[in-house]
Amino acid sequence: MATAETFYDVIRRQGITRRSFTKFCSLTAASLGFGPGAASAMAEALQTRERVPVIWMHGLECTCCSESFIRSAHPLVKDVVLSMISLDYDEMIMAAAGHQAEAILGETRAKYKGKYILAVEGNPPLNENGMYCIAGGRPFVEKLRWMAEDAMAVIAWGTCAASGCVQAAKPNPTRATPVDKVIHGKPIIKVPGCPPIAEVMTGVLTFIITFDKLPELDRQGRPKMFYSQRVHDKCYRRPHFDAGQFVEEWDDEGARKGYCLYKTGCKGPTTYNACSTVRWNGGVSFPIQSGHGCIGCSEEGFWDQGSFYDRLTNVEQFGIEANADKIGLTAAGVVGGAITAHAAATVIKRVTTKREKTEAQHGQETPR
Amino acid sequence: MTIDTPTGDTLENSGKRIVVDPVTRIEGHMRIEVNVDENNIIRNAVSTGTMWRGIEVILKNRDPRDAWAFTERICGVCTGTHALTSVRAVENALGITIPENANSIRNLMQLALLVHDHVVHFYHLHALDWVDVISSLSADPKATSALAQSVSDWPLSSPGYFKDVQARLRKFIESGQPGPFKNGYWGNASYKLPPEANLMVLTHYLEALDFQKEIVKIHSIFGGKNPHPNWLVGGVPCPINVDGTGGVGAINMERLNMVASVIDQLIEFNDKVYIRDIMAIGAFYKDWLYGGGLSGKNVLAYGDVPEHANDYSEANLKLPRGAIINGNLAEVHPVDHADPEQIQEFVTHSWYRYPDETKGLHPWDGVTEPHYELGPNAKGSKTNIEQLDENAKYSWIKAPRWRGHAMEVGPLARWVLGYAQNKAEFKEPVDKVLKDLGLPLSALFSTFGRTAARALESTWAGHQMRYFQNKLIASVRTGDSYTANVDKWKPETWPRMVKGVGFTEAPRGALAHWIKIKEGRIDNYQCVVPTTWNGSPRDPAGNIGAFEAALLDMPMSDPAQPLEILRTIHSFDPCLACSTHIMSPDGQERTRVQIR
Repeated sequence: MATAETFYDVIRRQGITRRSFTKFCSLTAASLGFGPGAASAMAEALQTRERVPVIWMHGLECTCCSESFIRSAHPLVKDVVLSMISLDYDEMIMAAAGHQAEAILGETRAKYKGKYILAVEGNPPLNENGMYCIAGGRPFVEKLRWMAEDAMAVIAWGTCAASGCVQAAKPNPTRATPVDKVIHGKPIIKVPGCPPIAEVMTGVLTFIITFDKLPELDRQGRPKMFYSQRVHDKCYRRPHFDAGQFVEEWDDEGARKGYCLYKTGCKGPTTYNACSTVRWNGGVSFPIQSGHGCIGCSEEGFWDQGSFYDRLTNVEQFGIEANADKIGLTAAGVVGGAITAHAAATVIKRVTTKREKTEAQHGQETPR
Repeated sequence: MTIDTPTGDTLENSGKRIVVDPVTRIEGHMRIEVNVDENNIIRNAVSTGTMWRGIEVILKNRDPRDAWAFTERICGVCTGTHALTSVRAVENALGITIPENANSIRNLMQLALLVHDHVVHFYHLHALDWVDVISSLSADPKATSALAQSVSDWPLSSPGYFKDVQARLRKFIESGQPGPFKNGYWGNASYKLPPEANLMVLTHYLEALDFQKEIVKIHSIFGGKNPHPNWLVGGVPCPINVDGTGGVGAINMERLNMVASVIDQLIEFNDKVYIRDIMAIGAFYKDWLYGGGLSGKNVLAYGDVPEHANDYSEANLKLPRGAIINGNLAEVHPVDHADPEQIQEFVTHSWYRYPDETKGLHPWDGVTEPHYELGPNAKGSKTNIEQLDENAKYSWIKAPRWRGHAMEVGPLARWVLGYAQNKAEFKEPVDKVLKDLGLPLSALFSTFGRTAARALESTWAGHQMRYFQNKLIASVRTGDSYTANVDKWKPETWPRMVKGVGFTEAPRGALAHWIKIKEGRIDNYQCVVPTTWNGSPRDPAGNIGAFEAALLDMPMSDPAQPLEILRTIHSFDPCLACSTHIMSPDGQERTRVQIR
């Protein structure tokens, strides 16, 4: 077996010079608050480390997260898979099947103990002893727990893994359960959305690899960089909301002029996601741009918040900034209250040097 | 023990039992068990859907206008086809008509999905069953270039190009971290391509990975995103404004040009890469024509792609409709979704309970009560299945039947029906493929036939897209920019109790949703999906499903490496998340929720 390709090899192959690489290490070390000497330690680590193994498992889901992932335009998913990570197990694209596939799980656990990322798409059902989702003859939840034990961190892809999504909508007949309710004692990065935006998915992965740490998370466990603003905040139709110009019904004059979709049920004011900034499919569009309101697919329990065509709340007066924020704040307050219980479990950990050490809670990172 | 099935197959469950679980490169979760005889020929096959999500019970009491979003999440791969089926079901129930422009846009979205799904399926979920990755490393890039240029004028074909791709693949595979290629069945005797052909198709695997993301831009334009674009009961959510104030918030000239550009690209990719790869592979696998199963006997299609809006009659549909029984291509039977005698689901071998399990139920009157148990001859325990007992219940998939017959659905079924109906646009391409490969018509009914039909359909769909794009523009040119009918948008305008059915041809085959609406809410919702037909377990009469039938009598070169099983099962493009569902028709919650 030839030598493993390191992160350094990869970036050299992509045309980055030795000089740039050294500079990158110095800047990164400084920006992370590391002391003198850290840059060379980081350079050493990046030059000797193998590509980060990723194990991608599927519970109850529809595969939309994987489908979204392969649409990534920057970076191209081809480059992610061939150069950045080592996607050693992914039921959707792996060549092996059956016991040859299952064997990879055990090998990864043993060889990369504490060093692999466990990416989970979908969620485990707990009813019927977990046998609503069978993997290798056993309940999926067992396999999930087993692989989580030795993972470095867990990425909960999509709303299924993050908060349950459609199969967990009322009455949740299978008792489909979010990943953080069955895995404990591991950093869990929630990347909600049905599915998440492709470039957000590859952005989260490449962030971890590039900056050698996990992203800062909000109180719900979502990366702040992509989920800290409402779709409404950066919506290009926002001026129409502020001006009180609304689509009253489908395909009316307001719809053709691109007025605000609030009255047809748009959930942009209460949905935290990057749709209005990153947009979809290489920046081509996002739901509101195509004329349909946001259905709030990255929010917990969005299936059970009434019809997608119901208005958020009856606000009597439109047209001023304060009301837009009020709508957002009210809804955010409700969400905030619901998640207080597991906010305390949200931790940020460094990946490399002191992975086990909890640095801070609530996404506050302490420089050292 | 030997069992004869009604369709003339013989099942022999002595011999060595081989288990493949998980079956990978599919959507969802699946298990296959087969018995092989002393010559490693498969004599018994058992296919099991190993997941159940309960979408239909979740739909109960919800707003029918929302149903598209729930059902769309049945599948993120064929994303949108369930949504289309759903809005059609609701419109059928409520008597809502849609504008012509909406019909053209829906067709564009459905056809884009078809092309995307087929391209991704072939290259990323199926190609490695035909293509040996390791063999490609020993290819001569010059010879690969000569091969590529002999089959197509696709520009990416120079020796230097293939040399670079090969170098990148070599570095990747030899890195010690071969990622998705790890533990593949490389070197298996069932791989027939020479190294040069392997390198050519693998190169296209990478190109297709880059290219497929372009196809779905059509969904983002009309539906805002992909996967899971937005749909609308009564039309489409995107308004058209090509010549007025504020046109940047609507479908305008720039958007239409982008759609046209994507269509041009996909037609070129289909014509110069996809179909050529299929023909190149076919040339090397002419002697491996296994896996026909039910395709030469019983096939079913519902038809799709209406020429004009609101007309779902067979004559108005561009994809064929009908049923063929016992291989009699001379007689195509009409299909009626509302006829309780035609489509029925059975649960004798499924993990559900019926009041009378010898009888099937039409979807409007179905019952689903989950009931997980293993048969007396299963090995292992309820939470550690070592071997299933196919004489008892063994799958989360129900067994749908058309007039009692197990049916194959999908691209091959559609193309066989088009062929049988003497439709030139289906018959001529099939005859050409067979002639070019020097194969008889019977060769169509095989694993390869299924794979080839999908490529032919992708090509067909690309040209249909250009047709509907032109049709949309011609309509807008006349001043018609109408895209949504809101006359019956409000539930107050609906009858107290109605029922409807919507159907499509999903990439994987015939798909229909049956809905009952009572006082503005969903009273009952039932989906019978392509993989429920193809992946169905046995029924009380002993009929086996299409997956199981296709595996019978197929030789394995090495039972420790289930390459041929994957090849044949993948040729159906299984979608297990779709195939497992539940309903509760009488307003009662039938699911037993265990409290722990």
